[in-house]
Amino acid sequence: MSEAAEDVIEQTLPLDAWHRSQGARLVSFASYQMPIQYEGIIAEHLWTRSHAGLFDVSHMGQLLISGTDAASALETLLPGDIAGLGANKMRYSLLLAENGGILDDLMVTRRDDGFYIVVNGATKYDDIAHIHDFLPEDVVLNHMDEHALLALQGPEAAAALSRLIPGVQALTFMNAGDFMLDGIPLWISRSGYTGEDGFEISVPEERVVDLAERLCGQPEVKPIGLGARDSLRLEAGLPLYGHDLDPETTPVMADLGFAISRRRREEGGFPGAERIAIERSQGPVVKRVGLAIEGRQPVREGALVLDGEGNEVGRVTSGGFSPSLERPIAMAYVPTASAAPGTTIQVGQRGKIFMGTVTPMPFVPHRYHR
Amino acid sequence: MTLYFTKDHEWIAVEGDSATVGITDYAQAQLGDVVFVEVPPAGTQIAKGKEAAVVESVKAASDVYAPVTGEVTEGNSGLEADPALVNTSPEGDGWFFKLKLSNPAELDGLMDSAGYKAFVEGL
Repeated sequence: MSEAAEDVIEQTLPLDAWHRSQGARLVSFASYQMPIQYEGIIAEHLWTRSHAGLFDVSHMGQLLISGTDAASALETLLPGDIAGLGANKMRYSLLLAENGGILDDLMVTRRDDGFYIVVNGATKYDDIAHIHDFLPEDVVLNHMDEHALLALQGPEAAAALSRLIPGVQALTFMNAGDFMLDGIPLWISRSGYTGEDGFEISVPEERVVDLAERLCGQPEVKPIGLGARDSLRLEAGLPLYGHDLDPETTPVMADLGFAISRRRREEGGFPGAERIAIERSQGPVVKRVGLAIEGRQPVREGALVLDGEGNEVGRVTSGGFSPSLERPIAMAYVPTASAAPGTTIQVGQRGKIFMGTVTPMPFVPHRYHR
Repeated sequence: MTLYFTKDHEWIAVEGDSATVGITDYAQAQLGDVVFVEVPPAGTQIAKGKEAAVVESVKAASDVYAPVTGEVTEGNSGLEADPALVNTSPEGDGWFFKLKLSNPAELDGLMDSAGYKAFVEGL
């Protein structure tokens, strides 16, 4: 009982007081008090698409896995080519269960001191326990819970950050490196989850207020809440774990086949390899697609995808109003036969039928700095 | 004209047996950016406490319950084109619907401006 109770105790982020001083409204998310919005979701969303937004993602888990056999150990858990990952390069990957179901999605980067992995906040303790079980004794997992994580996203992110930290502009998308700002050691990657150019910055938690102040002191930068983070990633076609991905979905169903590196596909040796190979050749039962919804009313997570007779054949996993496109958009799992772009999809929500059209994702083009 | 407020953060402006209904400034601030509003068309019979309108923000959908019983005489068609009126003018152009009161005695239990202000401060 006491352990379970401890699990649900709300934690505060290192920037908690700072968020409140910036006028944030806080909500519970992944057992943290997190800023949902400051001035308003639409304004923050559009600011990020045109300038630069600062996101506190310190609830996410930062892990360092080191040891000579770390790469091969990780390859027993992930379908990505970890051994072939170059120095300071990062890759999107998936933590897979034995049956090929997705336990989490993550970013892995090869650093001098090991593999730096960023996992979702709501799943980090389960991930750590799961990874632990698979690591040989000489491979060590360090939960870097003394580090905060900020994301600076938007077309003016590079201008703002390079003014403070000359040299960061030389990073290209999915590359990372060590930097220093007035004695603050930073690990910075050119990456993010908004579809925009930008950076993610790992910083010792006792220095994160200092860093956030300096970043928000730049004219391009405003703090942005979780609400806009969600609408930005939806427009970018990026799945959110616990909503668009879960243990019932496989990488093929989720249309994340790119996360299975070619060498791994050919060699196998990752959890669910057999099932994933069959789904790749025969097609999955359902597939994650983007939907443009007719009218102005959004469909939300949990709305049902219906066939012509009104039977449930799929489900909306994310849905909302796109501030950039000024129309409702959604992600849904639909039967593979109905997954081609242009297909009309019926969605039922609270007794009402909505018409959607399968639309290639991203809904709003990515603008990564390659 | 007399102004009444409910604990569900609706306002009702009453003149004789006709009333205009909307949501309060506090309610719109809690909802955030409103992107869609569905109001009942003229002729709809609505009953106190039952769903009367839907308001959707970027984040979520919420039902608006009828604060009083009556027949809708007009839904605010302006909200279809510009749902953000609920944010910019919640107690003015962002009204939801007008109705003819069936039972004006239902107004007796509602708050006035000062009562509502105190209610919100206590939240």
